[in-house]
Amino acid sequence: MRQLNYSKAITEALREEMRRDEKMIIMGEDMGVMGSVFGLTIGFMKEFGAHRVIDTPISENGFTSVAIGAAMRGLRPVVEIMYVDFAMACYDAIANQAAKVSYMSGGTLSVPMVIRTPAGAGRRSAGQHSQSLEAIFTHIPGLKVVAASTPYDAKGLLKSAIRDNDPVVFIEHKSLYFYDAKCDVPEEEYLIELGKADIKRAGDDVTIIAWSQEVIHALEAAAQLAEEGISAEVIDIRSLVPLDFDTIRNSIIKTRRAVVVHEAVKRGGYGGEIAAQISDELFDYLDAPVKRVAGSNVVIPYSPALEDKIIPQTGNIVATVRELLHGGKNAVFTNAV
Amino acid sequence: MIIKKYNRETLLRFYREMKRVRGFDTKASELFTKAMIAGNIHTCIGQEATAVGGCLALNPSDFIVATHRGHGQCLAKGGDPGMMMAELFGKETGYCRGKGGSMHIANVDIGILGANGIVGAGIPIGVGSALASKILKTMEVTLVFFGDGASNTGEFHEALNMASAWDLPVVFLCENNKYAVSVNIDRVTKVKDIAERAKGYGIPGVITDGCDVLAVHETVKKAVKRARAGQGPTLVEAKTYRYHGHYEGDPQVYRTKEEVLEWKNRDAIERLRKEIIEAGFALEEELAGIDKEVKEEMEAAVLFAQNSPYPEKKEVMTDVYASDNERGVAR
Repeated sequence: MRQLNYSKAITEALREEMRRDEKMIIMGEDMGVMGSVFGLTIGFMKEFGAHRVIDTPISENGFTSVAIGAAMRGLRPVVEIMYVDFAMACYDAIANQAAKVSYMSGGTLSVPMVIRTPAGAGRRSAGQHSQSLEAIFTHIPGLKVVAASTPYDAKGLLKSAIRDNDPVVFIEHKSLYFYDAKCDVPEEEYLIELGKADIKRAGDDVTIIAWSQEVIHALEAAAQLAEEGISAEVIDIRSLVPLDFDTIRNSIIKTRRAVVVHEAVKRGGYGGEIAAQISDELFDYLDAPVKRVAGSNVVIPYSPALEDKIIPQTGNIVATVRELLHGGKNAVFTNAV
Repeated sequence: MIIKKYNRETLLRFYREMKRVRGFDTKASELFTKAMIAGNIHTCIGQEATAVGGCLALNPSDFIVATHRGHGQCLAKGGDPGMMMAELFGKETGYCRGKGGSMHIANVDIGILGANGIVGAGIPIGVGSALASKILKTMEVTLVFFGDGASNTGEFHEALNMASAWDLPVVFLCENNKYAVSVNIDRVTKVKDIAERAKGYGIPGVITDGCDVLAVHETVKKAVKRARAGQGPTLVEAKTYRYHGHYEGDPQVYRTKEEVLEWKNRDAIERLRKEIIEAGFALEEELAGIDKEVKEEMEAAVLFAQNSPYPEKKEVMTDVYASDNERGVAR
């Protein structure tokens, strides 16, 4: 089958939807003439015209709100916030406007728009260009939040997000843009429904729940653990809101152990929400406490020597799973047993 | 005199619409004082000329973005007073089925793209509506209401910049009532007139008398014509005044009774009443007849709201999402 990398898959999703629906527009900084800072929309302005591929001024709150108004009038804007960190400059537009229009209007208005935003560390970009802020969006009712880890998922989910009638925050890990691995992406059209998790690797001993780039680390960890005779199941939730808890539940009933992995800062991260839901509903099935492997509670540092220390790596996941299965001097739960 | 340009029918419409706006907000104020409606009520009593003069310059297919002080704007754009009052009461029959309240009346079918509880946030949303008109080549005009307070938000400047850069069919109507809650605009803004800020965006900035509905109407009509012709936006500043506080119950420590009285003496409704009678367009009794009809209409609106049911309990979880609502709220 034909293979694509992550950024090419996103480009293809955008191009196909632009060709399919003339009411779709793309807006954001450097999206037109330059084709976006990560090169995802190169050639779009030529193909679709400057009226549909719009270079905006550096006015995040302004142009996100403009997109909201256009969406209320029936267009389907796909806005790019160049770095998710910049979304903090337009949080009013996202949280107070886009997220609330449907409810506060009693369903008479809707905001069919996508906010695409590159996120994540590992590019030596320091504290204002490296964060993973998904929990800030999942906290707001009215937003849907998606974070794909593979080219196949990215394409199918982005196409669904564009066709969705609600505001969707579509988080793309920018390290994945530069990730070498390609994967099979059919040339025929396909969609992936929002709110459906994907079991990326089946296993019996422990469930590792992850999204975005951490899925890749989780799969590497599962491969290493297999060599030790530990069978790990890796669930890529793909969509944070709505969350496919059924897949998580079924897995944990089988494995009786869960580790949630995310790159975002641990404190207040979405992993805490998932862990709480597991504890609430599946306490009787658990053989051990739910563990989180997550970013340190610090600002992302610039120095490569420091940055790599605070992002969860494959080794951290392996170590945590080992502790869960075998106990260990650092395993908090051993004292409680 | 400008009034000579108008016919009797139009003038009586202006008069009636302003009376309706005042009638609605007078009722809202009374009901709030009696604790019959909850939340926050921001009345536009005193500002009727901007709502009516502005909205009557639009076609029914045009759009408005309203403000937190927006009952008059919504009424003048064709809002039904019964459904609006029901929204204030939090009833199922309200425009937003009781989920938005006073500050959030919205109905796309009559061109109301919602009001906003975040000062200034509606301005770029209105620009987005104008962008849609341009892309869809329909050229409906969007009239964006906002106050002097909003002219100091980043959204105002970002929105005017984009609208002017892209020549969008939008009219910015600033209702300058001098006060952002308690803060006099002169204390926080160097320029004397907000209209002056249009220069920074290369668009016309026009000042109009917000106590003269015909002056507002003429100014906005010209701006609408310009917008519809694809010549871009205009910033209109109407000097106006709210007779009540920022909210009902505001102690109003920031202004004097004399100042309020001075503005009441320039009342837009009284002014039009006199002009209509003096110019011989209608008799005093005819206007009194309109007053009576409006009074009855507003009483009927309150009755409709009072007799309407509250939303059912299950309604609380609907409409968070337009699609796939159930799973979205569950997890």
